Amino acid sequence: MSALHEVFRRCRDEDRAALVGYLPAGYPDKETSLAAVRALAESGADVIEVGVPYTDPLMDGPVVERAASEALAAGFRLTDVFDVVSAVRDGGAVPVVMSYYNPVLRYGVDRFAADLAAAGGTGMITPDLIPDEAGPWREAAGRHGLSTVFLVAPSSTDGRLRMTAEACDGFVYVASTMGVTGVRAAVGGDARTLVERTRAVTDLPLCVGLGVSTGEQAAEVATFADGVIVGSALVRALGRDRGLGELRTLAADLAAGVRRR
Amino acid sequence: MSTVGRFGDFGGRYVPEALIAALQELDAAWTEAMVDPAFVEELQRLQRDYTGRPSPLTEVARFAEHAGGARVFLKREDLNHTGSHKINNVLGQALLTVRMGKRRVIAETGAGQHGVATATAAALMGLECTVYMGEVDTRRQALNVARMRLLGAEVVPVSTGSATLKDAINEAMRDWVTNVGHTHYLLGTVTGPHPFPTMVRDFHAVIGQETRAQILEKAGRLPDAVCACVGGGSNAMGIFHAFREDADVRLFGFEAGGEGPSSGRHAARFSGGEPGVLHGAATYVLQDDNGQTLETHSVSAGLDYPSVGPEHAFLHDTGRATYEPVTDEEAMEAFALLCRTEGIIPAIESAHALAGAMRVGKQLATDPARTEPPVLVVNLSGRGDKDVDTAARWFGLVDGEDLVEAERLKAEEPVAEVEGSGW
Repeated sequence: MSALHEVFRRCRDEDRAALVGYLPAGYPDKETSLAAVRALAESGADVIEVGVPYTDPLMDGPVVERAASEALAAGFRLTDVFDVVSAVRDGGAVPVVMSYYNPVLRYGVDRFAADLAAAGGTGMITPDLIPDEAGPWREAAGRHGLSTVFLVAPSSTDGRLRMTAEACDGFVYVASTMGVTGVRAAVGGDARTLVERTRAVTDLPLCVGLGVSTGEQAAEVATFADGVIVGSALVRALGRDRGLGELRTLAADLAAGVRRR
Repeated sequence: MSTVGRFGDFGGRYVPEALIAALQELDAAWTEAMVDPAFVEELQRLQRDYTGRPSPLTEVARFAEHAGGARVFLKREDLNHTGSHKINNVLGQALLTVRMGKRRVIAETGAGQHGVATATAAALMGLECTVYMGEVDTRRQALNVARMRLLGAEVVPVSTGSATLKDAINEAMRDWVTNVGHTHYLLGTVTGPHPFPTMVRDFHAVIGQETRAQILEKAGRLPDAVCACVGGGSNAMGIFHAFREDADVRLFGFEAGGEGPSSGRHAARFSGGEPGVLHGAATYVLQDDNGQTLETHSVSAGLDYPSVGPEHAFLHDTGRATYEPVTDEEAMEAFALLCRTEGIIPAIESAHALAGAMRVGKQLATDPARTEPPVLVVNLSGRGDKDVDTAARWFGLVDGEDLVEAERLKAEEPVAEVEGSGW
């Protein structure tokens, strides 16, 4: 059993949802990024998604897109992601990577899996890779003991929900609204409905993402999900205050939220 | 790896799960429509009465003197309504949009040709239309922005990333994923997730079907080679498809060589690219060793794209088609040559195919076994009205300061007096 499986079991035992935070590796630069994931871990994130900056992030809204551009301009190299993964682990949270497929494909799928596992990573979320196309990645993940996390969406048919959940390990990423990443005023009933539909086909932990930005929203989502994913709001906080103060404050608020279900 | 929409190892569906339902819906609607006589008839009626098909096949003897003595025939997609081949695919997909009960189309555009064609079809069929265009391109192609707005479309400048065509595609994908319930993404070329590469090819296949019949009639035989420019590759797939089983017909695709393959400033995916994934398809991608997409360069906006349709990747790897870069300079030379020898101003994109044909003609002429002149067909995918400005500056036909002054005068004068007087 990997650290990813354990963290969800622990949260379940504590009768709370897990806080899953997202930050892009190398944003705003490598050093700050290493410090930021440690700060996020220390402030209460259970799992940290280490994003791989990419030139064409078609699933991301403006906040994450701009952060990726900035990280690339600051000289991000794919191998930096392994250092950030190690920093997450040092900070006491469980690291998973979130990457569009092409950088991984270019690095070599098996080589990426080996290096990710060696750095202490537990798996990868793939926003533009559906299980239907993920054969090589699933085999590599299996060889190196990594979890494969795919997304389900409100438009997924019941058949695809089942197929996708069966291809997942660790947790299922429930993309709660139709749209790209970004802060939203309300998380909405779509999320609850999709969680219920997914719950009907799997026992895996279900983490809800896309739109959560406050402790209050986190608490609301925590009433029906096993994990609350927060991305753009954390990226924005890091962008506004590179001294990490805002990031720590927001993370603490969110961590309190997931314990208030 | 799935087998859905594959061309060998290429193609597939590398997109967020949120889009899969829409792609399946589109695939089903298209498959049903193509065997529905009412749909096929309506599409043929539009091609005939609205686009002006069939487009002629013109022999260009004066131009051919510069192509090693080959006989050269141009497939005149430049004479279609809206000025390029783009309308073939747009009308097909717009009809499908109506058939699926959707009321809005979105599109990406680089130079503006596909955007104008989409805005045109949207106006014709009463659909809402939003066109995404890189901010850099909206400035370079201000007149096409005006054209789209005249036709009732909303044009959204995209400032993210490199602010060019690939970023316009990203933004269109983001819109689609958000509004997929009532919106169809009218993708303009033979790439993207399945079914786009196959569907767009099939809507353009009429180009090759007409060409094959026309060349048999005019030359009495099949051509030795078919030449086309390749950006995303829709005009090339459109003309290649009908000849795919004719083993003696060589297929040539000409990519944007920009300032030369060694300069790094080009869009020659088959010279400098590697297999990868971009915009939903596994195909050749110009990328760095971190898998980040590289910025491209070409004098022609329509070829300035870092990836290429997956079926071209397949034709390249199997050797059925040959892909070569043509530099900005070679293309502009061919552009000028066609203007002067035939009185036809081609799109700069199509001028890449003309330059390539000159090269192919000279090569074929060296074969001592040949008893009659080789026959070449070039897909003249678009007209060059949109490129007059670029050409004027390239050849120094108009003083740069005069151009600026003319624009200033136009901007300052009252509208009624701007357009000149009579002839």
